[in-house]
Amino acid sequence: MIGWTGWRLAFSLLIFPGFLFTVLVGFVLSWVDRLVTARVQFRKGPPFIQPFADFFKLMLKQTIVPEGASALVFLFAPMLGVIAMTVATVILWNASFGGSGFVGDVLVLVYLFALPPLGLIIGASASRNPLAAVGASREMTLYFGYEFPFLLALLVPIIKSGGQVQLEALVAAQAGAPFLGSVSGVIAAIIVLLVTQAKLGLVPFDTAEAEQEIMTGVYTEYSGVALAMFKLTRAMMMVVMPLFLVTVLWGGFASWWAILKFLAIIVLVVLIRNTNPRLRVDQALRFFWFGLGGLGIVAVILALAGI
Amino acid sequence: MSAANDKQRRIVPIGPYHPLQEEPEFFKLVVEGEKVVDIEIHLGYNHRGHEFISPELTYDQVPFLVERICGICSNSHPLAAVMAVEDICNLEIPERAKYLRVIVHELERIHSHLLWVGLAGHFIGYNTVWMWAWKYRDAVLDVFEMLVGNRNHYAMNKPGGVRHDLKPEMVGPIEAAMAEVEKKTWLLTKAVLDDPVIHARLEGVGILTHEQSLAYSCLGPTSRASGVPGDVRKDEPHAAYPYLDWNVITFPEGDVFAKAKVRLLEIIESVKMVRQCLKQIPDGPIEARVEEVPPGEGCGRTEAPRGEVFHYMRSDGTNRPLRHKVRAPSYMNIASNKVACVGGTIADAAITLAAVDPCYCCTERMAAFENGQQRYSWNELLRLSWEKTESIRRGMKK
Repeated sequence: MIGWTGWRLAFSLLIFPGFLFTVLVGFVLSWVDRLVTARVQFRKGPPFIQPFADFFKLMLKQTIVPEGASALVFLFAPMLGVIAMTVATVILWNASFGGSGFVGDVLVLVYLFALPPLGLIIGASASRNPLAAVGASREMTLYFGYEFPFLLALLVPIIKSGGQVQLEALVAAQAGAPFLGSVSGVIAAIIVLLVTQAKLGLVPFDTAEAEQEIMTGVYTEYSGVALAMFKLTRAMMMVVMPLFLVTVLWGGFASWWAILKFLAIIVLVVLIRNTNPRLRVDQALRFFWFGLGGLGIVAVILALAGI
Repeated sequence: MSAANDKQRRIVPIGPYHPLQEEPEFFKLVVEGEKVVDIEIHLGYNHRGHEFISPELTYDQVPFLVERICGICSNSHPLAAVMAVEDICNLEIPERAKYLRVIVHELERIHSHLLWVGLAGHFIGYNTVWMWAWKYRDAVLDVFEMLVGNRNHYAMNKPGGVRHDLKPEMVGPIEAAMAEVEKKTWLLTKAVLDDPVIHARLEGVGILTHEQSLAYSCLGPTSRASGVPGDVRKDEPHAAYPYLDWNVITFPEGDVFAKAKVRLLEIIESVKMVRQCLKQIPDGPIEARVEEVPPGEGCGRTEAPRGEVFHYMRSDGTNRPLRHKVRAPSYMNIASNKVACVGGTIADAAITLAAVDPCYCCTERMAAFENGQQRYSWNELLRLSWEKTESIRRGMKK
């Protein structure tokens, strides 16, 4: 028998604030992204319905498994990201509005964020396509690149809140002043923002799917429902990553103002995307390790000093 | 191939159909991880037999044909072709026609270079530059539309002169468009020079040294970015070029960044030239009458946006050429990728391949050999081509 708690959990995972809600908001955000991009480039941009139409079109298309590929791995890989993002969004949402938070959920989020790139790498490697293989190796390099500054940046709120590893506690610690008000908080936010860019696979860190070099890299062999799942993951990450930044560094979703914070982050992401060329993967790696990594260490030291 | 058997190595195909280029071509990159260790260049997917069709047409029709060799430099080919005809006839064209030829030729260079800047931005993932450069290019296409009625394929040149005259009321709009283009080009140039990420992506990438450029007979901006100051407009002054004051832009570095700088600064030089032409252009007729083309041979050379275009024609005294030979600059430039791409990464190779501003439909040649013997004769190829067309037409009727 599924009790009241069970139904509530199912509802929160599948409808609100889980899968369905995140997907809908994600599609709207990807429309905003495309519209702003188009306007920056003197274009008209797609209608509101476009991301939804794209998704449903893909769902109706044939899904082709390339010859010689492992069908199970190839088709399961896209689901990894969708599942991970669904869980992540529920955890994040609960942190701001009370609910079933638990000690260490920040660390669980770090693992959940690792799953979408992992799904990409596994899926691309299973497709036996040379371009996808290059894309997979780039995705892997990029992942190892941005994970280091990301963890350093995450240390900042943990240190500043006195060693709390629970999202709810982090939000509570920011009740007076958000961490973003301090120098170390600003540095950490910049790092998380750029890592968001890389996790979303947007310029200048879209090396894994650089269409002018390796077709669409990791996605080369994907079609139909499987490709739609990747697009879905991308749309959900567009919600989850800014949500994460707001939660751990910018005071959480305590008031309606948080929606403006959220939109500000989205606008920044779209602007960075439209005012930069793509970095080579070795340059991106160096940027993350030595550039942002160095900054991250400085931020941690500043946080320890209480600045 | 042996390289592919090596376990460390892998083939990354760019082509025959690839988002990098809008035309069919095939670059086989042999890579170790991300590093390109070898490249094989396969062309021949876009052969259309222009040299072949040309002797079937009259001298008046040939410019329309060769105009369609390339949609971007669609003034260079007809200009070189009519210069070859004029060379056979030993004909001096009126002064006003010379200036009009230069105006259209330089306008074409402006739009072609802006097009390349946009594409180069696209190839390094900077789509904003792509859209912006193409928007600025539109002003030039509007000028063409006003001047000759077409935005592309201008049909400006004919043996003995030009087809369209410049009306006095057109001077103002052209001046305005040039001012706009100059302003926006400086904006783009400064953006390119100031952006650290563009520096990181283009500087020291795909280097073609001075010696390599000479060895591969590179032409146009590709060679000028390697410090070779070759430019037909200076080396063999034709049309109104000797009357104008302008500079050949060269840079010694040979990397993609230098190629971008050469093209951007050449736009400024071209703007200068168009302005001088508008100021100096004399009144008078715009064409000299060609009574007949005597037997003989002639050649026309002109500087297309991608380098020297060379046309050779032989006449037997009839109204059609006996032989028409075309050499387009991309044919020489594309081969230089063999040295420019090797040693870089796949990401570098993509922009290096594009940096010569390749144009494949200018470039395609075909000859079929079997056991050292030529497989098809001229007439056999023609018959094959006709049969193919007929079979397609029959298929369409069903």
